[in-house]
Amino acid sequence: MTKPTFFRHSVVPVLTVIAAIIALWYVAALFMNHSMVVADAQLKGLAFTPSATWYRSWALDKPLLPAPHQVVAELWRSTAGLSVTSKRSLVYHGWVTLSATLLGFLLGTLLGIFLAIGIVHQKVMDKSLMPWIIASQTVPILAVAPMLIVVLNAIGISGLLPKALISTYLSFFPVVVGMVKGLRSPEAIHLDLMRTYNADDFQVFTKLRWPASVPFLFASLKVGIAISLIGAIVGELPTGAVAGLGARLLSGSYYGQTIQIWAALFAAAFLAGMLVLVVGWSERIVMRLMGARPERRAA
Amino acid sequence: MPASMDVIDIEALSLTFETGDGPVQALSGIDLKIAKGDFVSFIGPSGCGKTTLLRVIADLEQPTGGSISVNGTTPELARLDRAYGYVFQAPALYPWRTIARNVALPLEIMGLTRAQQEERIARNLALVNLTGFEKKYPWQLSGGMQQRASIARALAVEPDLLLMDEPFGALDEIVRDHLNEQLLQLWAKTKKTVVFVTHSIPEAVYLSTKIVVMSPRPGRIHDIVESDLPRGPRPLDIRETPEFLKLAQRVRDGLRAGHSYDD
Ligand SMILES: Nc1ncnc2c1ncn2[C@@H]1O[C@H](COP(=O)(O)OP(=O)(O)O)[C@@H](O)[C@H]1O
Ligand SMILES: [Mg+2]
Repeated sequence: MTKPTFFRHSVVPVLTVIAAIIALWYVAALFMNHSMVVADAQLKGLAFTPSATWYRSWALDKPLLPAPHQVVAELWRSTAGLSVTSKRSLVYHGWVTLSATLLGFLLGTLLGIFLAIGIVHQKVMDKSLMPWIIASQTVPILAVAPMLIVVLNAIGISGLLPKALISTYLSFFPVVVGMVKGLRSPEAIHLDLMRTYNADDFQVFTKLRWPASVPFLFASLKVGIAISLIGAIVGELPTGAVAGLGARLLSGSYYGQTIQIWAALFAAAFLAGMLVLVVGWSERIVMRLMGARPERRAA
Repeated sequence: MPASMDVIDIEALSLTFETGDGPVQALSGIDLKIAKGDFVSFIGPSGCGKTTLLRVIADLEQPTGGSISVNGTTPELARLDRAYGYVFQAPALYPWRTIARNVALPLEIMGLTRAQQEERIARNLALVNLTGFEKKYPWQLSGGMQQRASIARALAVEPDLLLMDEPFGALDEIVRDHLNEQLLQLWAKTKKTVVFVTHSIPEAVYLSTKIVVMSPRPGRIHDIVESDLPRGPRPLDIRETPEFLKLAQRVRDGLRAGHSYDD
Protein backbone atom coordinates (compact mmCIF):
# COMPACT_ATOMS: atom_id res chain seq x y z
CA MET A 1 0.00 0.00 0.00
CA THR A 2 1.46 3.38 -0.95
CA LYS A 3 1.37 6.42 1.28
CA PRO A 4 -1.00 8.60 -0.76
CA THR A 5 -3.68 5.89 -0.97
CA PHE A 6 -3.32 5.19 2.74
CA PHE A 7 -3.84 8.89 3.28
CA ARG A 8 -6.84 9.02 1.00
CA HIS A 9 -8.43 5.80 2.24
CA SER A 10 -7.78 6.04 5.97
CA VAL A 11 -6.72 9.44 7.20
CA VAL A 12 -9.07 11.64 5.22
CA PRO A 13 -12.31 9.75 6.03
CA VAL A 14 -11.40 9.46 9.71
CA LEU A 15 -10.57 13.15 9.99
CA THR A 16 -13.72 14.08 8.12
CA VAL A 17 -15.88 12.10 10.53
CA ILE A 18 -14.11 13.57 13.55
CA ALA A 19 -14.53 17.09 12.21
CA ALA A 20 -18.22 16.45 11.57
CA ILE A 21 -18.72 15.11 15.10
CA ILE A 22 -16.96 18.10 16.64
CA ALA A 23 -19.02 20.53 14.59
CA LEU A 24 -22.27 18.79 15.56
CA TRP A 25 -21.16 18.80 19.16
CA TYR A 26 -20.63 22.56 19.16
CA VAL A 27 -24.06 23.04 17.63
CA ALA A 28 -25.63 20.74 20.23
CA ALA A 29 -23.81 22.55 23.06
CA LEU A 30 -25.10 25.82 21.73
CA PHE A 31 -28.72 24.62 21.68
CA MET A 32 -28.56 22.97 25.09
CA ASN A 33 -26.77 25.76 26.94
CA HIS A 34 -28.35 28.71 25.16
CA SER A 35 -31.37 29.00 27.44
CA MET A 36 -29.13 28.91 30.53
CA VAL A 37 -27.20 31.89 29.22
CA VAL A 38 -30.38 33.78 28.33
CA ALA A 39 -31.97 33.08 31.73
CA ASP A 40 -28.81 34.20 33.45
CA ALA A 41 -28.76 37.42 31.44
CA GLN A 42 -32.40 38.19 32.30
CA LEU A 43 -31.66 37.58 35.95
CA LYS A 44 -28.89 40.10 35.83
CA GLY A 45 -30.83 42.45 33.60
CA LEU A 46 -28.26 42.24 30.86
CA ALA A 47 -28.77 41.99 27.12
CA PHE A 48 -26.19 40.03 25.13
CA THR A 49 -25.60 40.31 21.44
CA PRO A 50 -26.20 37.01 19.65
CA SER A 51 -22.48 36.41 19.24
CA ALA A 52 -21.84 37.01 22.93
CA THR A 53 -24.64 34.54 23.76
CA TRP A 54 -22.98 31.99 21.53
CA TYR A 55 -19.65 32.52 23.09
CA ARG A 56 -21.03 32.25 26.61
CA SER A 57 -22.90 29.05 25.72
CA TRP A 58 -19.55 27.47 25.10
CA ALA A 59 -17.87 28.82 28.22
CA LEU A 60 -20.28 28.08 31.09
CA ASP A 61 -18.90 26.68 34.33
CA LYS A 62 -21.57 24.00 34.69
CA PRO A 63 -23.07 23.67 31.22
CA LEU A 64 -25.68 21.05 30.35
CA LEU A 65 -23.34 19.92 27.61
CA PRO A 66 -19.76 21.18 27.75
CA ALA A 67 -18.14 22.23 24.49
CA PRO A 68 -15.28 20.09 23.14
CA HIS A 69 -12.58 22.59 24.01
CA GLN A 70 -13.80 22.72 27.60
CA VAL A 71 -13.51 18.95 27.91
CA VAL A 72 -10.06 18.99 26.30
CA ALA A 73 -8.91 21.72 28.64
CA GLU A 74 -10.24 19.80 31.65
CA LEU A 75 -8.54 16.62 30.41
CA TRP A 76 -5.29 18.49 30.03
CA ARG A 77 -5.59 20.16 33.43
CA SER A 78 -6.38 16.92 35.25
CA THR A 79 -3.67 14.84 33.58
CA ALA A 80 -0.65 16.85 32.54
CA GLY A 81 -1.46 19.76 34.83
CA LEU A 82 -1.43 17.81 38.11
CA SER A 83 0.92 15.50 39.94
CA VAL A 84 -0.20 11.90 39.34
CA THR A 85 -0.56 11.39 43.08
CA SER A 86 -3.05 14.25 43.37
CA LYS A 87 -6.58 13.17 44.28
CA ARG A 88 -7.82 15.26 41.36
CA SER A 89 -5.51 13.75 38.79
CA LEU A 90 -7.25 11.67 36.15
CA VAL A 91 -4.05 9.64 35.83
CA TYR A 92 -4.41 8.64 39.47
CA HIS A 93 -8.10 7.77 39.09
CA GLY A 94 -7.42 6.03 35.79
CA TRP A 95 -4.78 3.89 37.44
CA VAL A 96 -7.12 2.90 40.27
CA THR A 97 -9.73 1.76 37.74
CA LEU A 98 -7.12 0.15 35.52
CA SER A 99 -5.70 -2.00 38.29
CA ALA A 100 -9.18 -3.33 39.16
CA THR A 101 -9.83 -3.87 35.46
CA LEU A 102 -6.66 -5.86 34.90
CA LEU A 103 -7.06 -8.00 38.01
CA GLY A 104 -10.69 -8.74 37.12
CA PHE A 105 -9.79 -9.44 33.51
CA LEU A 106 -7.05 -11.86 34.55
CA LEU A 107 -9.36 -13.73 36.92
CA GLY A 108 -12.20 -13.71 34.38
CA THR A 109 -9.97 -15.03 31.64
CA LEU A 110 -8.62 -17.83 33.83
CA LEU A 111 -12.10 -18.72 35.04
CA GLY A 112 -13.45 -18.66 31.49
CA ILE A 113 -10.68 -20.88 30.14
CA PHE A 114 -11.02 -23.27 33.06
CA LEU A 115 -14.80 -23.58 32.59
CA ALA A 116 -14.44 -24.01 28.82
CA ILE A 117 -11.94 -26.83 29.28
CA GLY A 118 -14.34 -28.55 31.64
CA ILE A 119 -17.31 -28.04 29.36
CA VAL A 120 -15.48 -29.42 26.32
CA HIS A 121 -14.21 -32.49 28.13
CA GLN A 122 -17.15 -33.31 30.39
CA LYS A 123 -20.63 -33.76 28.96
CA VAL A 124 -22.06 -33.34 32.45
CA MET A 125 -20.48 -29.91 32.80
CA ASP A 126 -21.75 -28.91 29.37
CA LYS A 127 -25.31 -29.86 30.29
CA SER A 128 -25.26 -28.53 33.85
CA LEU A 129 -23.15 -25.38 33.62
CA MET A 130 -23.93 -23.79 30.29
CA PRO A 131 -27.49 -22.67 31.17
CA TRP A 132 -26.23 -21.04 34.38
CA ILE A 133 -23.40 -19.31 32.59
CA ILE A 134 -25.83 -17.82 30.12
CA ALA A 135 -28.31 -16.94 32.87
CA SER A 136 -25.54 -15.15 34.78
CA GLN A 137 -25.31 -12.59 32.01
CA THR A 138 -29.02 -11.85 31.90
CA VAL A 139 -28.87 -10.40 35.42
CA PRO A 140 -28.40 -6.64 35.16
CA ILE A 141 -24.95 -5.92 36.52
CA LEU A 142 -26.07 -2.56 37.87
CA ALA A 143 -28.36 -4.44 40.24
CA VAL A 144 -25.84 -7.08 41.20
CA ALA A 145 -22.84 -4.81 41.72
CA PRO A 146 -24.05 -2.95 44.84
CA MET A 147 -25.17 -6.17 46.52
CA LEU A 148 -21.91 -7.88 45.78
CA ILE A 149 -19.87 -4.95 47.03
CA VAL A 150 -21.92 -4.59 50.19
CA VAL A 151 -21.79 -8.32 50.93
CA LEU A 152 -18.05 -8.47 50.34
CA ASN A 153 -17.51 -5.41 52.47
CA ALA A 154 -19.52 -7.05 55.24
CA ILE A 155 -17.17 -10.02 55.28
CA GLY A 156 -14.18 -7.76 55.28
CA ILE A 157 -13.21 -7.76 51.62
CA SER A 158 -12.91 -4.26 50.31
CA GLY A 159 -10.76 -2.17 48.02
CA LEU A 160 -9.56 -3.59 44.76
CA LEU A 161 -10.98 -7.08 44.87
CA PRO A 162 -14.75 -6.42 44.94
CA LYS A 163 -14.48 -4.15 41.89
CA ALA A 164 -12.24 -6.67 40.17
CA LEU A 165 -14.78 -9.41 40.85
CA ILE A 166 -17.43 -7.46 38.97
CA SER A 167 -15.02 -7.26 36.03
CA THR A 168 -14.49 -10.98 36.40
CA TYR A 169 -18.23 -11.60 36.43
CA LEU A 170 -18.59 -9.77 33.13
CA SER A 171 -15.42 -10.86 31.36
CA PHE A 172 -15.46 -14.62 32.00
CA PHE A 173 -18.52 -14.95 29.80
CA PRO A 174 -17.08 -14.10 26.36
CA VAL A 175 -14.04 -16.20 27.26
CA VAL A 176 -16.14 -19.27 28.08
CA VAL A 177 -18.22 -18.92 24.95
CA GLY A 178 -15.23 -18.23 22.69
CA MET A 179 -13.05 -20.93 24.18
CA VAL A 180 -15.75 -23.61 24.06
CA LYS A 181 -16.06 -22.84 20.38
CA GLY A 182 -12.30 -22.66 19.93
CA LEU A 183 -11.54 -25.90 21.73
CA ARG A 184 -14.16 -27.57 19.56
CA SER A 185 -12.87 -25.97 16.37
CA PRO A 186 -10.34 -28.62 15.21
CA GLU A 187 -11.44 -30.29 12.01
CA ALA A 188 -12.47 -33.95 12.09
CA ILE A 189 -9.41 -34.93 10.08
CA HIS A 190 -7.07 -33.32 12.65
CA LEU A 191 -8.84 -35.19 15.44
CA ASP A 192 -8.74 -38.45 13.45
CA LEU A 193 -5.01 -38.00 13.07
CA MET A 194 -4.64 -37.83 16.85
CA ARG A 195 -6.74 -40.98 17.14
CA THR A 196 -4.45 -42.89 14.78
CA TYR A 197 -1.55 -41.95 17.08
CA ASN A 198 -3.47 -43.22 20.09
CA ALA A 199 -3.04 -39.80 21.71
CA ASP A 200 -4.66 -39.31 25.13
CA ASP A 201 -7.05 -36.47 25.96
CA PHE A 202 -4.29 -34.37 27.48
CA GLN A 203 -2.14 -34.66 24.36
CA VAL A 204 -5.10 -33.85 22.13
CA PHE A 205 -5.69 -30.81 24.32
CA THR A 206 -2.14 -29.47 24.41
CA LYS A 207 -1.16 -30.30 20.85
CA LEU A 208 -4.42 -29.65 19.02
CA ARG A 209 -7.35 -28.10 20.88
CA TRP A 210 -5.40 -25.42 22.71
CA PRO A 211 -3.39 -24.09 19.73
CA ALA A 212 -6.49 -24.26 17.53
CA SER A 213 -8.41 -22.14 20.03
CA VAL A 214 -5.90 -19.27 20.21
CA PRO A 215 -7.61 -17.05 17.60
CA PHE A 216 -10.93 -17.58 19.41
CA LEU A 217 -9.27 -16.71 22.71
CA PHE A 218 -8.04 -13.38 21.39
CA ALA A 219 -11.42 -12.49 19.92
CA SER A 220 -12.89 -13.13 23.39
CA LEU A 221 -10.14 -11.21 25.16
CA LYS A 222 -10.87 -8.09 23.09
CA VAL A 223 -14.47 -8.13 24.27
CA GLY A 224 -13.46 -9.23 27.75
CA ILE A 225 -10.99 -6.42 28.39
CA ALA A 226 -13.46 -3.74 27.33
CA ILE A 227 -16.26 -5.04 29.55
CA SER A 228 -13.77 -5.56 32.39
CA LEU A 229 -13.24 -1.82 32.35
CA ILE A 230 -16.99 -1.24 32.40
CA GLY A 231 -17.25 -3.68 35.28
CA ALA A 232 -14.61 -1.84 37.28
CA ILE A 233 -16.31 1.52 36.70
CA VAL A 234 -19.72 0.12 37.62
CA GLY A 235 -18.10 -1.37 40.71
CA GLU A 236 -16.94 2.10 41.75
CA LEU A 237 -20.39 3.67 41.49
CA PRO A 238 -22.36 2.13 44.39
CA THR A 239 -19.59 2.28 46.99
CA GLY A 240 -19.32 6.00 47.19
CA ALA A 241 -15.82 5.19 46.12
CA VAL A 242 -13.29 7.91 46.64
CA ALA A 243 -11.05 6.89 43.78
CA GLY A 244 -11.37 5.64 40.23
CA LEU A 245 -13.00 6.89 37.06
CA GLY A 246 -16.38 5.73 38.37
CA ALA A 247 -15.89 7.85 41.47
CA ARG A 248 -15.07 10.84 39.26
CA LEU A 249 -18.28 10.29 37.28
CA LEU A 250 -20.29 10.03 40.47
CA SER A 251 -18.82 13.05 42.25
CA GLY A 252 -19.14 15.01 39.03
CA SER A 253 -22.84 14.27 38.90
CA TYR A 254 -23.35 15.12 42.60
CA TYR A 255 -21.96 18.57 42.10
CA GLY A 256 -23.20 19.19 38.58
CA GLN A 257 -19.63 19.20 37.30
CA THR A 258 -20.53 18.18 33.79
CA ILE A 259 -17.11 19.05 32.44
CA GLN A 260 -15.54 16.68 34.97
CA ILE A 261 -18.01 13.94 33.99
CA TRP A 262 -17.20 14.28 30.34
CA ALA A 263 -13.48 14.33 30.98
CA ALA A 264 -13.80 11.11 33.01
CA LEU A 265 -15.91 9.57 30.24
CA PHE A 266 -13.27 10.41 27.68
CA ALA A 267 -10.53 9.06 29.90
CA ALA A 268 -12.48 5.80 30.21
CA ALA A 269 -13.02 5.60 26.46
CA PHE A 270 -9.34 6.27 25.86
CA LEU A 271 -8.36 3.59 28.38
CA ALA A 272 -10.73 1.08 26.75
CA GLY A 273 -9.27 1.87 23.34
CA MET A 274 -5.72 1.42 24.58
CA LEU A 275 -6.54 -1.87 26.29
CA VAL A 276 -8.18 -3.27 23.16
CA LEU A 277 -5.16 -2.12 21.15
CA VAL A 278 -2.77 -3.87 23.50
CA VAL A 279 -4.77 -7.10 23.20
CA GLY A 280 -4.73 -6.68 19.42
CA TRP A 281 -0.97 -6.24 19.41
CA SER A 282 -0.39 -9.29 21.56
CA GLU A 283 -2.65 -11.22 19.23
CA ARG A 284 -0.53 -10.24 16.27
CA ILE A 285 2.69 -11.16 18.03
CA VAL A 286 1.35 -14.52 19.20
CA MET A 287 -0.11 -15.37 15.80
CA ARG A 288 3.21 -14.55 14.17
CA LEU A 289 5.03 -16.79 16.64
CA MET A 290 2.54 -19.51 15.73
CA GLY A 291 3.52 -19.21 12.08
CA ALA A 292 0.28 -17.67 10.87
CA ARG A 293 0.33 -16.36 7.35
CA PRO A 294 0.82 -12.58 7.52
CA GLU A 295 -2.57 -11.13 6.75
CA ARG A 296 -2.88 -9.12 3.61
CA ARG A 297 -5.11 -6.20 4.38
CA ALA A 298 -7.87 -5.44 1.97
CA ALA A 299 -7.42 -2.00 0.42
CA MET B 1 -2.71 -68.28 17.43
CA PRO B 2 -3.11 -69.80 14.00
CA ALA B 3 -0.44 -67.50 12.68
CA SER B 4 -1.73 -66.65 9.27
CA MET B 5 0.49 -64.51 7.10
CA ASP B 6 -2.37 -62.12 6.59
CA VAL B 7 -1.90 -58.65 7.99
CA ILE B 8 -5.54 -57.88 7.30
CA ASP B 9 -8.33 -60.45 7.23
CA ILE B 10 -11.83 -59.25 6.49
CA GLU B 11 -14.86 -61.53 6.34
CA ALA B 12 -18.43 -60.69 5.38
CA LEU B 13 -17.91 -57.18 6.64
CA SER B 14 -20.67 -54.62 6.30
CA LEU B 15 -21.20 -51.08 7.51
CA THR B 16 -24.38 -49.06 7.53
CA PHE B 17 -24.34 -45.36 8.46
CA GLU B 18 -27.42 -44.13 10.26
CA THR B 19 -28.09 -40.72 8.79
CA GLY B 20 -30.82 -38.13 9.06
CA ASP B 21 -32.50 -39.42 5.92
CA GLY B 22 -32.28 -43.08 6.80
CA PRO B 23 -29.57 -45.72 6.71
CA VAL B 24 -26.80 -45.59 4.10
CA GLN B 25 -25.22 -48.93 3.36
CA ALA B 26 -21.58 -47.96 2.74
CA LEU B 27 -20.10 -51.47 2.71
CA SER B 28 -21.64 -54.86 2.16
CA GLY B 29 -20.27 -58.40 2.08
CA ILE B 30 -16.59 -57.44 2.02
CA ASP B 31 -14.20 -60.42 1.99
CA LEU B 32 -10.55 -59.53 1.69
CA LYS B 33 -7.19 -60.86 2.80
CA ILE B 34 -4.06 -58.74 2.61
CA ALA B 35 -0.76 -60.54 3.12
CA LYS B 36 2.35 -59.10 4.67
CA GLY B 37 4.33 -57.12 2.12
CA ASP B 38 1.39 -56.70 -0.26
CA PHE B 39 0.73 -53.42 -2.01
CA VAL B 40 -3.04 -53.34 -2.33
CA SER B 41 -5.07 -50.66 -4.09
CA PHE B 42 -8.78 -49.98 -3.65
CA ILE B 43 -10.19 -48.53 -6.84
CA GLY B 44 -13.75 -47.55 -7.68
CA PRO B 45 -16.03 -44.62 -8.42
CA SER B 46 -16.49 -42.11 -5.66
CA GLY B 47 -18.98 -43.12 -3.02
CA CYS B 48 -18.23 -46.85 -3.35
CA GLY B 49 -16.83 -47.05 0.18
CA LYS B 50 -13.04 -46.97 -0.36
CA THR B 51 -12.45 -44.42 2.35
CA THR B 52 -14.89 -46.13 4.68
CA LEU B 53 -13.15 -49.50 4.26
CA LEU B 54 -9.76 -47.94 4.94
CA ARG B 55 -11.16 -46.20 8.00
CA VAL B 56 -12.58 -49.48 9.28
CA ILE B 57 -9.10 -51.02 9.02
CA ALA B 58 -7.76 -48.00 10.93
CA ASP B 59 -10.45 -48.28 13.65
CA LEU B 60 -11.80 -44.87 12.67
CA GLU B 61 -15.20 -46.42 11.79
CA GLN B 62 -16.93 -49.38 13.40
CA PRO B 63 -18.34 -52.08 11.11
CA THR B 64 -21.95 -53.07 11.73
CA GLY B 65 -21.48 -56.67 10.61
CA GLY B 66 -18.87 -59.31 9.80
CA SER B 67 -15.38 -59.56 11.19
CA ILE B 68 -12.02 -57.95 10.66
CA SER B 69 -8.58 -58.56 12.09
CA VAL B 70 -5.48 -56.43 11.73
CA ASN B 71 -2.13 -57.99 12.65
CA GLY B 72 -4.06 -60.95 14.04
CA THR B 73 -5.95 -58.77 16.49
CA THR B 74 -8.78 -56.23 16.46
CA PRO B 75 -8.37 -52.94 14.61
CA GLU B 76 -8.68 -51.18 17.94
CA LEU B 77 -5.81 -53.04 19.55
CA ALA B 78 -3.76 -52.53 16.40
CA ARG B 79 -4.46 -48.81 16.61
CA LEU B 80 -3.60 -48.65 20.30
CA ASP B 81 -0.40 -50.46 19.35
CA ARG B 82 0.29 -47.75 16.72
CA ALA B 83 0.54 -50.51 14.13
CA TYR B 84 -0.16 -48.34 11.11
CA GLY B 85 0.51 -44.96 9.59
CA TYR B 86 -2.46 -43.22 8.00
CA VAL B 87 -2.18 -40.69 5.18
CA PHE B 88 -5.39 -38.74 4.72
CA GLN B 89 -6.78 -37.39 1.49
CA ALA B 90 -5.81 -33.87 2.63
CA PRO B 91 -2.37 -33.22 4.16
CA ALA B 92 -3.92 -32.44 7.57
CA LEU B 93 -0.81 -30.60 8.73
CA TYR B 94 -1.20 -28.43 11.83
CA PRO B 95 -0.83 -24.85 10.60
CA TRP B 96 0.91 -23.63 13.76
CA ARG B 97 3.69 -26.19 13.46
CA THR B 98 6.64 -26.05 11.10
CA ILE B 99 7.15 -28.95 8.71
CA ALA B 100 9.71 -30.51 11.05
CA ARG B 101 7.41 -30.12 14.06
CA ASN B 102 4.52 -31.61 12.10
CA VAL B 103 6.59 -34.69 11.40
CA ALA B 104 7.56 -34.68 15.07
CA LEU B 105 3.91 -34.70 16.21
CA PRO B 106 3.44 -38.48 16.40
CA LEU B 107 6.95 -38.87 17.77
CA GLU B 108 6.19 -36.48 20.64
CA ILE B 109 3.05 -38.44 21.39
CA MET B 110 4.99 -41.69 21.34
CA GLY B 111 7.42 -40.15 23.82
CA LEU B 112 10.58 -40.34 21.76
CA THR B 113 13.58 -38.36 22.95
CA ARG B 114 14.46 -35.15 21.17
CA ALA B 115 17.49 -36.79 19.58
CA GLN B 116 15.45 -39.73 18.27
CA GLN B 117 12.89 -37.27 16.94
CA GLU B 118 15.50 -35.20 15.12
CA GLU B 119 16.98 -38.29 13.54
CA ARG B 120 13.62 -39.57 12.27
CA ILE B 121 12.55 -36.12 11.06
CA ALA B 122 15.73 -35.67 9.04
CA ARG B 123 15.59 -39.20 7.58
CA ASN B 124 11.93 -39.11 6.59
CA LEU B 125 11.97 -35.59 5.21
CA ALA B 126 14.95 -36.65 3.08
CA LEU B 127 12.95 -39.65 1.92
CA VAL B 128 10.22 -37.40 0.50
CA ASN B 129 12.72 -34.83 -0.79
CA LEU B 130 11.84 -32.12 1.70
CA THR B 131 15.26 -31.58 3.24
CA GLY B 132 15.74 -27.85 3.73
CA PHE B 133 12.06 -27.15 4.38
CA GLU B 134 12.15 -28.07 8.08
CA LYS B 135 11.52 -24.53 9.31
CA LYS B 136 8.78 -23.65 6.82
CA TYR B 137 5.15 -23.47 7.82
CA PRO B 138 2.60 -25.48 5.81
CA TRP B 139 1.15 -22.44 4.04
CA GLN B 140 4.59 -21.72 2.61
CA LEU B 141 4.60 -25.05 0.74
CA SER B 142 2.77 -26.17 -2.38
CA GLY B 143 0.00 -28.75 -2.12
CA GLY B 144 2.30 -31.50 -3.37
CA MET B 145 4.98 -30.64 -0.84
CA GLN B 146 2.40 -30.55 1.95
CA GLN B 147 1.19 -34.01 0.99
CA ARG B 148 4.78 -35.27 0.94
CA ALA B 149 5.27 -33.82 4.42
CA SER B 150 2.19 -35.72 5.58
CA ILE B 151 3.66 -38.92 4.11
CA ALA B 152 6.92 -38.25 5.94
CA ARG B 153 4.87 -37.82 9.12
CA ALA B 154 3.19 -41.21 8.60
CA LEU B 155 6.50 -42.89 7.79
CA ALA B 156 8.21 -41.38 10.84
CA VAL B 157 6.07 -43.62 13.05
CA GLU B 158 7.87 -46.50 11.26
CA PRO B 159 4.76 -48.62 10.94
CA ASP B 160 4.75 -51.95 9.11
CA LEU B 161 1.38 -51.05 7.68
CA LEU B 162 0.74 -47.91 5.68
CA LEU B 163 -2.86 -46.84 4.94
CA MET B 164 -3.12 -44.15 2.28
CA ASP B 165 -6.37 -42.51 1.17
CA GLU B 166 -5.92 -40.95 -2.29
CA PRO B 167 -2.73 -39.27 -1.13
CA PHE B 168 -1.89 -37.97 -4.59
CA GLY B 169 -5.44 -37.25 -5.72
CA ALA B 170 -5.04 -33.48 -5.76
CA LEU B 171 -1.62 -33.39 -7.42
CA ASP B 172 -0.71 -32.82 -11.04
CA GLU B 173 0.38 -35.66 -13.30
CA ILE B 174 4.16 -35.09 -13.21
CA VAL B 175 4.39 -34.76 -9.44
CA ARG B 176 2.14 -37.74 -9.09
CA ASP B 177 4.34 -39.94 -11.34
CA HIS B 178 7.36 -38.92 -9.37
CA LEU B 179 5.75 -39.66 -6.01
CA ASN B 180 4.41 -42.99 -7.30
CA GLU B 181 7.91 -44.02 -8.28
CA GLN B 182 9.32 -42.95 -4.92
CA LEU B 183 6.57 -44.69 -3.01
CA LEU B 184 7.20 -47.93 -4.86
CA GLN B 185 10.93 -47.73 -4.16
CA LEU B 186 10.23 -47.08 -0.51
CA TRP B 187 7.84 -50.01 -0.33
CA ALA B 188 10.33 -52.36 -2.02
CA LYS B 189 13.08 -51.22 0.31
CA THR B 190 11.16 -51.37 3.59
CA LYS B 191 8.90 -54.36 2.85
CA LYS B 192 5.93 -52.55 4.34
CA THR B 193 2.36 -53.56 3.68
CA VAL B 194 0.55 -50.74 1.88
CA VAL B 195 -3.18 -50.24 1.42
CA PHE B 196 -3.73 -47.47 -1.08
CA VAL B 197 -6.96 -45.81 -2.21
CA THR B 198 -7.09 -44.29 -5.67
CA HIS B 199 -9.48 -43.65 -8.51
CA SER B 200 -6.75 -43.71 -11.15
CA ILE B 201 -6.39 -46.97 -13.09
CA PRO B 202 -2.75 -46.41 -14.16
CA GLU B 203 -1.79 -45.50 -10.62
CA ALA B 204 -3.44 -48.61 -9.19
CA VAL B 205 -1.88 -50.95 -11.76
CA TYR B 206 1.53 -49.35 -11.58
CA LEU B 207 1.78 -49.54 -7.79
CA SER B 208 -0.07 -52.65 -6.76
CA THR B 209 0.48 -56.34 -6.30
CA LYS B 210 -3.26 -56.66 -5.85
CA ILE B 211 -6.05 -54.40 -7.10
CA VAL B 212 -9.42 -54.41 -5.37
CA VAL B 213 -12.10 -53.15 -7.76
CA MET B 214 -15.09 -51.81 -5.88
CA SER B 215 -18.56 -50.77 -6.97
CA PRO B 216 -21.15 -48.56 -5.30
CA ARG B 217 -24.64 -48.80 -3.81
CA PRO B 218 -24.00 -50.71 -1.71
CA GLY B 219 -20.21 -50.51 -1.59
CA ARG B 220 -18.80 -53.94 -2.33
CA ILE B 221 -15.87 -55.72 -3.95
CA HIS B 222 -16.53 -56.41 -7.61
CA ASP B 223 -13.23 -58.03 -8.54
CA ILE B 224 -9.80 -58.68 -7.09
CA VAL B 225 -7.03 -58.51 -9.69
CA GLU B 226 -3.70 -60.12 -8.79
CA SER B 227 -0.91 -58.35 -10.64
CA ASP B 228 1.63 -60.41 -12.53
CA LEU B 229 3.97 -57.46 -12.95
CA PRO B 230 7.33 -57.93 -11.20
CA ARG B 231 7.31 -57.10 -7.48
CA GLY B 232 9.65 -54.38 -6.37
CA PRO B 233 10.58 -51.09 -7.96
CA ARG B 234 9.06 -50.76 -11.40
CA PRO B 235 10.21 -48.30 -14.04
CA LEU B 236 7.56 -45.76 -14.99
CA ASP B 237 7.59 -46.92 -18.62
CA ILE B 238 6.32 -50.32 -17.53
CA ARG B 239 3.01 -48.57 -18.18
CA GLU B 240 3.57 -48.99 -21.93
CA THR B 241 4.01 -52.79 -21.78
CA PRO B 242 1.29 -55.19 -22.98
CA GLU B 243 1.13 -56.88 -19.55
CA PHE B 244 0.39 -53.56 -17.92
CA LEU B 245 -2.22 -52.61 -20.49
CA LYS B 246 -3.91 -55.98 -20.12
CA LEU B 247 -4.19 -55.50 -16.35
CA ALA B 248 -5.44 -51.98 -16.83
CA GLN B 249 -8.08 -53.27 -19.26
CA ARG B 250 -9.27 -55.84 -16.75
CA VAL B 251 -9.59 -53.21 -14.06
CA ARG B 252 -11.42 -50.92 -16.47
CA ASP B 253 -13.83 -53.70 -17.41
CA GLY B 254 -14.44 -54.36 -13.74
CA LEU B 255 -15.22 -50.72 -13.09
CA ARG B 256 -17.58 -50.62 -16.10
CA ALA B 257 -19.41 -53.77 -15.06
CA GLY B 258 -19.78 -52.51 -11.51
CA HIS B 259 -21.17 -49.28 -12.83
CA SER B 260 -23.44 -50.47 -15.63
CA TYR B 261 -26.58 -51.41 -13.74
CA ASP B 262 -27.47 -47.94 -12.54
CA ASP B 263 -26.92 -46.10 -15.83
N1 LIG C 1 -19.84 -40.40 8.32
C1 LIG C 1 -20.73 -40.75 7.35
N2 LIG C 1 -22.05 -40.65 7.59
C2 LIG C 1 -22.94 -40.98 6.65
N3 LIG C 1 -22.64 -41.46 5.43
C3 LIG C 1 -21.33 -41.58 5.13
C4 LIG C 1 -20.31 -41.22 6.06
N4 LIG C 1 -19.11 -41.44 5.49
C5 LIG C 1 -19.38 -41.91 4.26
N5 LIG C 1 -20.71 -42.00 4.04
C6 LIG C 1 -21.36 -42.51 2.82
O1 LIG C 1 -20.84 -43.79 2.57
C7 LIG C 1 -20.61 -43.98 1.19
C8 LIG C 1 -19.17 -44.33 0.94
O2 LIG C 1 -18.37 -43.20 1.19
P1 LIG C 1 -16.79 -43.22 1.05
O3 LIG C 1 -16.25 -44.38 1.79
O4 LIG C 1 -16.29 -41.89 1.43
O5 LIG C 1 -16.60 -43.44 -0.52
P2 LIG C 1 -15.30 -43.24 -1.43
O6 LIG C 1 -14.12 -42.99 -0.53
O7 LIG C 1 -15.18 -44.49 -2.21
O8 LIG C 1 -15.58 -42.07 -2.31
C9 LIG C 1 -21.06 -42.71 0.50
O9 LIG C 1 -22.37 -42.88 0.05
C10 LIG C 1 -21.01 -41.68 1.61
O10 LIG C 1 -21.97 -40.69 1.39
MG1 LIG D 1 -12.80 -41.28 -0.40
